Amino acid sequence: MAEYKGVMVFCEATEGKLAAIATELLGCGRKLADDLGQELSAVLVGSGISGLAQEAIAFGADKAYVVDDTLLQDYQTDSYVSVMEKVVKQVIPQILLLGQTSIGRDLAPRLAFRLNTAASMGCLELAIDPESKLLLQTKPVYGGNAQAVFICESYPQIATVRAKAMAPLERDESRQGEVITVDAGLDPSAIRTKVLEKVPEEVAGIRLEDAEVVVSGGRGIGSAEGFEQLEELARMLKGAVGATRPPCDNDWVPAGAQVGLTGKIIAPELYIAVALSGSSQHMSGCSGSKTIVAINKDPEANIFREARFGVVGDWKKALPAFAEKVKELLAG
Amino acid sequence: MNMIVCIKQVTDPEAPPASFKIDPSSNKVVPPQGVSPVIDPYAEYAVEAALRIKDALGGKITAISLGTNQLRDIVKKPLAMGADELILLEDEFFDEGDSWSTAYALAMSIKKLADYDIVFCGREASDWNAGQVGSGIAELLGLPSVTLAKKIDITDGKARVERVTDEGYEVIEVSLPALITVSNELGEPRYPTIKGIMGAKKKEAVIWKPADIGVEVSQIGAAGRHTKLLKLFQPVREGKCEIVEGESPEEAAVNLALKLREAKIL
Ligand SMILES: Cc1cc2nc3c(=O)[nH]c(=O)nc-3n(C[C@H](O)[C@H](O)[C@H](O)COP(=O)(O)OP(=O)(O)OC[C@H]3O[C@@H](n4cnc5c(N)ncnc54)[C@H](O)[C@@H]3O)c2cc1C
Ligand SMILES: Cc1cc2nc3c(=O)[nH]c(=O)nc-3n(C[C@H](O)[C@H](O)[C@H](O)COP(=O)(O)OP(=O)(O)OC[C@H]3O[C@@H](n4cnc5c(N)ncnc54)[C@H](O)[C@@H]3O)c2cc1C
Repeated sequence: MAEYKGVMVFCEATEGKLAAIATELLGCGRKLADDLGQELSAVLVGSGISGLAQEAIAFGADKAYVVDDTLLQDYQTDSYVSVMEKVVKQVIPQILLLGQTSIGRDLAPRLAFRLNTAASMGCLELAIDPESKLLLQTKPVYGGNAQAVFICESYPQIATVRAKAMAPLERDESRQGEVITVDAGLDPSAIRTKVLEKVPEEVAGIRLEDAEVVVSGGRGIGSAEGFEQLEELARMLKGAVGATRPPCDNDWVPAGAQVGLTGKIIAPELYIAVALSGSSQHMSGCSGSKTIVAINKDPEANIFREARFGVVGDWKKALPAFAEKVKELLAG
Repeated sequence: MNMIVCIKQVTDPEAPPASFKIDPSSNKVVPPQGVSPVIDPYAEYAVEAALRIKDALGGKITAISLGTNQLRDIVKKPLAMGADELILLEDEFFDEGDSWSTAYALAMSIKKLADYDIVFCGREASDWNAGQVGSGIAELLGLPSVTLAKKIDITDGKARVERVTDEGYEVIEVSLPALITVSNELGEPRYPTIKGIMGAKKKEAVIWKPADIGVEVSQIGAAGRHTKLLKLFQPVREGKCEIVEGESPEEAAVNLALKLREAKIL
């Protein structure tokens, strides 16, 4: 095992920039690498992404490995697993970190099985055990009702990390690092999938992930019309509308509005939870909010164990009065 | 189309969070009193995905479940919904596995079944929330995989899968046989019919032991783990909610707005 050394971060890019999750992973990876007294490397995989290598260094990497190939334009399981297998076998890191994103969720487990090691998915905390020097991987289980600390005794130790769980370093352009290009070496016939189409979700207004105020509704809202009232309040507060899973499953709101374990992870300044019970799966996506406010007719609802302020009552009565007062306060 | 669906029995994830308890001395979950276990919800979406293909094209669906103390009324649900066979991997050597040893045992069972076009799994089980078993099975069997599916169409011996992404969704074409993991955007699983339930009652599950799937006991269950659980704990909640009062919900809501203003949150 002695040959395995260093911490590696798989960096995703969006719209020609390092994704937020990549900078968060580099921040976390830097700390782990320093604790081990080892190097931090970044891996960039895609087409036309070599320009991002310096960015990864500015955010903390000592080395950036770039695999740039037109065959890597779109994420595809076969091509990305094959490329990452190659890079890991070349660099031999002790730890490999990825984001808990639609790419990381697909790539990490398959790569772990290929490398005959294990992955921990959706970690909230990572630390080096002072004695064994192994990676302590803390992740929510049972939908967030509990947390588990895992270790993996085979290398590389692979973990995916949730959005917003780690803090990025300050970008520092003066940081020096080495950029290394790696040939993808892909055989197109070994890629057994084809991406036919990409359909981005339409976002009207502020993106849920970027909003400082989120007004979220649950099953108790009852209809798409009900959600219009939440939208109105969100607009007034320059925020966005979120939801639990049932409103998404019922098409009252688009699927992209789902907050939680299997939806978006957000951490706004203010989270207004209306007619939702506060299931652990939902709270997994919003418990990082600065202030949670709840309106629910059931005084026993779990959301009141999570919220800072609450109103017990029918939202149909409470929400319009609340919105009216907010409007008045904001105007005055 | 011959399809295999991996399902498992779990503690009901919809049970109230307040009823959730763990025993710190054994690092185990204490099953909540009076709450019946259920089929892992995402696995139920996987059953539904297979049933929709069977409805359209015909075929056979085999469900496989690995676990301990599997209640027949629970694990027979896929049969009641319309699946054809149920295989249970039940043996103490299968117990206390991790995603690796679980995927390995399932992969070897699927290999034994041999004749299949699609293997379905849920995107992630509601207990350990790993989301690894599907991809693991695919890797062990050398199958192409598509995860997070919300719609599956079969044309010309290939599957067209709508895959949920962080940005929206993408349409992926994959050759068969393949492994697909299913997400809730697929749409609600059907309820079993009375006829289905009666039929399921009469059908016996097939039990497989490690020897039946040709695996060494060192590779499955606790012995086959790649991970070690050091600690299982319940995060502490601060839980200091101030209930804002009022004569009516309207008045309480107005007071809430004032309170948020006062606290400089608005
Ligand atoms: C593996 C897994 C992953 C999951 N992932 C997610 C996820 O990412 N996000 C997510 O949200 N869920 C997720 N779920 C589902 C989750 O378990 C819950 O089922 C869901 O969050 C419940 O949504 P809810 O609170 O809106 O509904 P309910 O629990 O039904 O709550 C509705 C609430 O509305 C209140 N109410 C009703 N009418 C009114 C009224 N007129 N005025 C005021 N209050 C009213 C009720 O008192 C109740 O508290 C997941 C489940 C599993 C198993
Ligand atoms: C210390 C420890 C002790 C454990 N002890 C036990 C125990 O005694 N008994 C027990 O049942 N579990 C036990 N588990 C959980 C067991 O490890 C998980 O079942 C295994 O890790 C699979 O991962 P997952 O549930 O997170 O599956 P995921 O990868 O999240 O599951 C995705 C999908 O894979 C399929 N799938 C997953 N598991 C099975 C299965 N068992 N059978 C069929 N299909 C499946 C389903 O389609 C599911 O939707 C234990 C875990 C730990 C860490």
